[in-house]
Amino acid sequence: MSKKEKSGSRRTLEKFMKNPTAVFGVFILLVMLIMAVFASPIATHDPLEINPGDRLMAPGAQHWFGTDRMGRDIFSRVVYGSRISLIVGFSVVLLTSFFGTFLGLVSGYFKHLDEIIMRILDGLMAFPGLILMIMIMAVLGRSLTNVIITLAIVYTPRMARVVRGAVLVQKEQTYVEAARAIGASSMRILFIHIPRNCIAPIIIQGTMIFAYVILAESALSFLGVGMPPETPSWGVVISSGKVFLRRAPWICFFSGISISLCVLALNSIGDGLRDVLDPRLNRKG
Amino acid sequence: MLNFLVKRFFSMALVLLVVSITIFIVMHLLPGDPAAIMLGPEATNEDVAALKAEMGLDKPVLIQFIEWTGRIVRGDLGNSLFFQNRSVPNVIFDHLEATVLLTLLSLGMATLIGIITGVLAASTHESIFDRSFMLFTSMAVAIPNFWLGLMLVLGFAIMIPIFPAAGYSPLKEGIWSCLSYLVLPSITLAAGAVALIARMTRACMLDVLQNEYIRTAKAKGVRQSIVIFKHALRNAIIPVVTVIGMSFANLMGGAVVTESIFNIPGVGRLLIKSVFTRDYPVIEGVVLYIAIAWTLINLMVDIIYTIIDPRLEY
Repeated sequence: MSKKEKSGSRRTLEKFMKNPTAVFGVFILLVMLIMAVFASPIATHDPLEINPGDRLMAPGAQHWFGTDRMGRDIFSRVVYGSRISLIVGFSVVLLTSFFGTFLGLVSGYFKHLDEIIMRILDGLMAFPGLILMIMIMAVLGRSLTNVIITLAIVYTPRMARVVRGAVLVQKEQTYVEAARAIGASSMRILFIHIPRNCIAPIIIQGTMIFAYVILAESALSFLGVGMPPETPSWGVVISSGKVFLRRAPWICFFSGISISLCVLALNSIGDGLRDVLDPRLNRKG
Repeated sequence: MLNFLVKRFFSMALVLLVVSITIFIVMHLLPGDPAAIMLGPEATNEDVAALKAEMGLDKPVLIQFIEWTGRIVRGDLGNSLFFQNRSVPNVIFDHLEATVLLTLLSLGMATLIGIITGVLAASTHESIFDRSFMLFTSMAVAIPNFWLGLMLVLGFAIMIPIFPAAGYSPLKEGIWSCLSYLVLPSITLAAGAVALIARMTRACMLDVLQNEYIRTAKAKGVRQSIVIFKHALRNAIIPVVTVIGMSFANLMGGAVVTESIFNIPGVGRLLIKSVFTRDYPVIEGVVLYIAIAWTLINLMVDIIYTIIDPRLEY
């Protein structure tokens, strides 16, 4: 990397760090990440440990966030919940970035494939996301892997569309013409030169998809079609507390706060990245 | 216009074809075996094979698809396995009222509140109202609607008992009792859409308010309210209509969650119930209906464009 490029990325980072909401987002996400990685030392109890003597206990010194109907510690379940949410989030973002970028590149570059790929993606996007997810989960069954596969299927078209848009702009640029003139093959231009210049929209869209995925995973788990019932996922915890809303509102409360904070953080990071990486968008707000 | 409608109709038919192929692939070709899942873990291999033959799942995929599409085009979605073998369209129809009312009420609420607050925020740009508006809308997008619903129940049905906590009263039993059951669910469902519509309205209004003709109107002494609502809003509204259309899809998805929280007997809860009772024909039918509804809404949004902006030509 040349000196000039380094100073460019440093400038971008400095600009990003000047945005207080984005920095707040990074801080919250780091806290979540630490919680997820060091869940076992942070958690005060085993999230799966059933303790009938302690059932429906209010928040206090022994159980910071209270307990659920089986006496399981809510604080520990929320801490472990961050692990599930982040694993699902990262995996889906990686999968959608890989497949979405591939489809977007091919579709944006080759006109004859564009029509076919875009019609298929249109069809997938003709369902409200959650409905398509419920249908796929109904067939696949509840498990962590299946949630990841389902969310990746639903969000890949969204990534592909953004990449395709970027490719349509990039392929008309002079550097592509220059690469072609010095004899670079289509494959080289398509998979090496163009992707380098599409990284900004991929990162921005990836962050946004991350936020959607956390909401979607918790919604599926809440509905009982996502994570298996014993998993300490935020959605599962809220779902288990639904019936005890009157007697033990703390079961639902803390997981909901965690989901909201996590999504708020990711959205702020996404907005911040968009401001620094995509200066064409003169956003007001 | 006629030309546009014909073209739009064909592209809609194409999307619906892809939609039905997607449903077919998911329901018939994914690794899960519907026959085995429907019969449960205790079923023997012979039982599964017999049910597969009965459902036509043992035929070649292409034949299955042709037969399936033929049935769908004729409107034959099969019979529900759970609701005493009633036809799927009938079962869906029984659950339609609650969902339609809930979705429309939420959309109306989201559009009205979204546009008004968006316009107010833009016309008081960078004021305390504008800043708190931005904070509020960021939070509204981040809060999961099922959690918001539960918190509303906790606040306004349990702690301060103003509204019923759950349930539904059909329209024929009186409009007020029906509405009282729908207030909390509609707020739950509308929150995210209010934020999106309001943000888009604000951004578009800020763009439009910088135009020369707005300055001219102000210089001529036109009243502020007329400048904002008559001159600016009309030109700012087109992208907002797109967001309203998009919100409709999210509302239909969100209705599943909201109906589950509030025990509303709508299409969304029917879908979830069918997943649990492994009622595959109903799952297929509901998803197909929702996809068709969503495609039709998209068409309507496109037609509305031409009405609000006569400059658009197709």
